Amino acid sequence: MGVKVMIPTPLRPYAGRQESVDLKAGTVAEALAALTGQYGDLRKHLYSDDGKLRSFVNVYVNDEDIRYLQKDRTPLKDGDTISIVPSIAGGGRQ
Amino acid sequence: MSNAAVKGELKAALKVPKELVRRIEAHGEETYPYECCGAILGREREGAGAAREVVDLMPLENRRNDSPRNRFEVTPDDVRMAEKAAREKKIDLIGWYHSHPDCAAVPSEFDRDHAWPWYSYIIVSVEQRKARDMRSWRLQDDRAAYDVERIEAAES
Repeated sequence: MGVKVMIPTPLRPYAGRQESVDLKAGTVAEALAALTGQYGDLRKHLYSDDGKLRSFVNVYVNDEDIRYLQKDRTPLKDGDTISIVPSIAGGGRQ
Repeated sequence: MSNAAVKGELKAALKVPKELVRRIEAHGEETYPYECCGAILGREREGAGAAREVVDLMPLENRRNDSPRNRFEVTPDDVRMAEKAAREKKIDLIGWYHSHPDCAAVPSEFDRDHAWPWYSYIIVSVEQRKARDMRSWRLQDDRAAYDVERIEAAES
């Protein structure tokens, strides 16, 4: 399936300065694997050392958070748009 | 929790109109003793050593109801809303601000673990409901440490 992955501005330097990347994938997991296969520098900003998606990194297919779909097994169809959206967290002392 | 490592200082400053500096301070004082947070909208000037410029702020609600004195959270839906607001104004979402109540304006390890490079992270320390110190930070490419981004308060 031909899908489009939208790259958030902070991660564009690690994805050839592109706003979006077109690729072929059947599921969200395949799309992210293809993306990070092509642009390896993205990996550390999306995944933690144990290989899991960082807790603050969220993935949307069109306008739906994949947490409420089938997570990274969410199937993709031609023309779908995948967005990578951070949640912003932080804070002071323990 | 310990502070995150600090490496150096960026050459380029972050230009912030004085009125917006005051708005971040006021937001932190208003939510004290809880953390405030918001989106920073602005533009990135092209070219080496060029300054980033803050044009507008979008105060947001701290969604961390369980621990708002020392944590803040902006949901992905709020992030999408801020991105949309920036697009409509034809500027960029260039970073995020939050307050550290009774704690230095220095990123914590928790901040580092939840940050991306490129964004400007402004932290204002608020002591006894009074804003004290404001600093901006940028995470390095390798995620190991932050650089200080000097804030240049500009006349509006």
